[in-house]
Amino acid sequence: MKIKKNIATSENGFIFNPSTGDSFSSNPIGAEILLFMKSGKTSLEIKEIILENYEVEPAQLERDWEDWLLQLKDANLLDL
Amino acid sequence: MKLRYERPYLKKMNVGVMNKFGSRSDFQPVKFIDGVSVKSLTDKYGSPVFVLSERQIRKNYQSAVRSFNTRYPKVQFAWSYKTNYINAVCNVFHQEGSWAEVVSGFEYHKAIGNGVAGNHIIFNGPEKKEADLKLAIENDSLIHIDHFEELYKLIDICEALNKKPRVAIRVNMDTGIYPLWDRFGFNYENGQAWNAILKIVGLGKMQLVGLHCHIGTFMLSTSAYAIATSKLCDLAMKCKNQLQNPIEYLDLGGGFPSTNTLKGSYLPGVDTVPPIDDFAEAITTTILGYGFQQNELPMLILETGRALIDDAGYLLGSVIANKQLSDGRRATILNFGVNLLFTSFWYDHHISPAQDFTHYTEETILYGPMCMNIDVIRESINLPLLSPGDLVVVHKVGAYNMTQWMQFISTRPAVVLIDETGQTHEIRQAETLKYMEIPESVPVHLQHKK
Ligand SMILES: Cc1ncc(COP(=O)(O)O)c(C=O)c1O
Repeated sequence: MKIKKNIATSENGFIFNPSTGDSFSSNPIGAEILLFMKSGKTSLEIKEIILENYEVEPAQLERDWEDWLLQLKDANLLDL
Repeated sequence: MKLRYERPYLKKMNVGVMNKFGSRSDFQPVKFIDGVSVKSLTDKYGSPVFVLSERQIRKNYQSAVRSFNTRYPKVQFAWSYKTNYINAVCNVFHQEGSWAEVVSGFEYHKAIGNGVAGNHIIFNGPEKKEADLKLAIENDSLIHIDHFEELYKLIDICEALNKKPRVAIRVNMDTGIYPLWDRFGFNYENGQAWNAILKIVGLGKMQLVGLHCHIGTFMLSTSAYAIATSKLCDLAMKCKNQLQNPIEYLDLGGGFPSTNTLKGSYLPGVDTVPPIDDFAEAITTTILGYGFQQNELPMLILETGRALIDDAGYLLGSVIANKQLSDGRRATILNFGVNLLFTSFWYDHHISPAQDFTHYTEETILYGPMCMNIDVIRESINLPLLSPGDLVVVHKVGAYNMTQWMQFISTRPAVVLIDETGQTHEIRQAETLKYMEIPESVPVHLQHKK
């Protein structure tokens, strides 16, 4: 699951898709995950980092991860 | 220390909207109700659970009474049982001095059970059974006649019992508010109400002591009450002058709005709803200006329901799951639905999370857990990001929900009253399967073999 190459993201959660002109904003954890995704980390690696740093159960994260990917797909930000 | 987690969330920004997430500074978690923590309430009594504030009920009552008795010498409130007839709730009103207003034998017996004096019970409604009418006559209750059928039935009963009950007629009328509630009572404009009065007074089997109307509910127009009052005054004057039958009381019914926000209205209820003072002003100035002599001023009765209790009630519940719908909209499933929150058909209920959250919000649909499509609590609401297990507080649910709730696919939850010292009391236990099955019986040939 990769983020489209031309998507611009910033650390404070601002996201811009130049091909559609759409912009998005995300909460801090979303911004963090986006940066990881852009840097080429795999889903597994990212989830490990989150589990290490945040107070969350693996099962909860797993569910939210599915949901997150749906949001990205919906926003047309994923390279399918 | 690990960081506080929040699920990752993305929101599309509309061009031209500068504020990232809209201004949502009005969001505050609601962690306490009258000083009692929401979490402790659900821990102790389960989720969902209805919570009522005794302090708020009394405050509402006292302030409504003040609105009227600072303007008019003879005022009496009668608690509308159907609005919330949990006995503890009724007794708060009765302790404050309220009579009872009932619309069925069931409610009538509840009022008697709560120790209300028979002559302080107003018996309204289109369906009064013969046995209930007889009891009401024996108890000297105030019977408000709804239609001619009932009038004739009462005449028969009076003859059989050889009693002369105190009665009123319910009058319906054009107050400029549509649709007219003309299915209840006798119409003013077409002369039906006057005919009923002539019949009652002429036959002499009953004492016509009052005139009643209830022009609608969640009424936003104070002038409608002025019109209704003047039409009742007109009938009262005619009773006195033409029939030598002075009227002892005018009952203006209920109908004052609570501060809930009606569905589809642009502004929140708190900003649009006239205060009770304005209704009191419209009603009392009309009576005082009508030309009654000081010693003949009728008593003014009010059957106010929702305005006295809506904002004293809360529904606490939990988030079950979040979803994304096929069209991309977000949805949140809660552990209560329209089965418990009947009023979500009318209101956009204000809902607050009961725990801390960040300033990120999303627009979501709130669904209940019923397996039916109409089970929607809010079609669209902007809320902080909620996670499964999070608690939410629904505000202003004190009126009609605890009487119109449906027992569908699960049992109804507990109702808790927080008294004025902050003590909690379970005033109605959560229903159980066993309780639900008490009235059932299975014929022998259908019983399963153990
Ligand atoms: C006869 C009568 N009185 C009083 C009420 C209470 O009305 P509200 O809750 O609008 O004040 C009702 C409600 O339907 C009613 O039918």
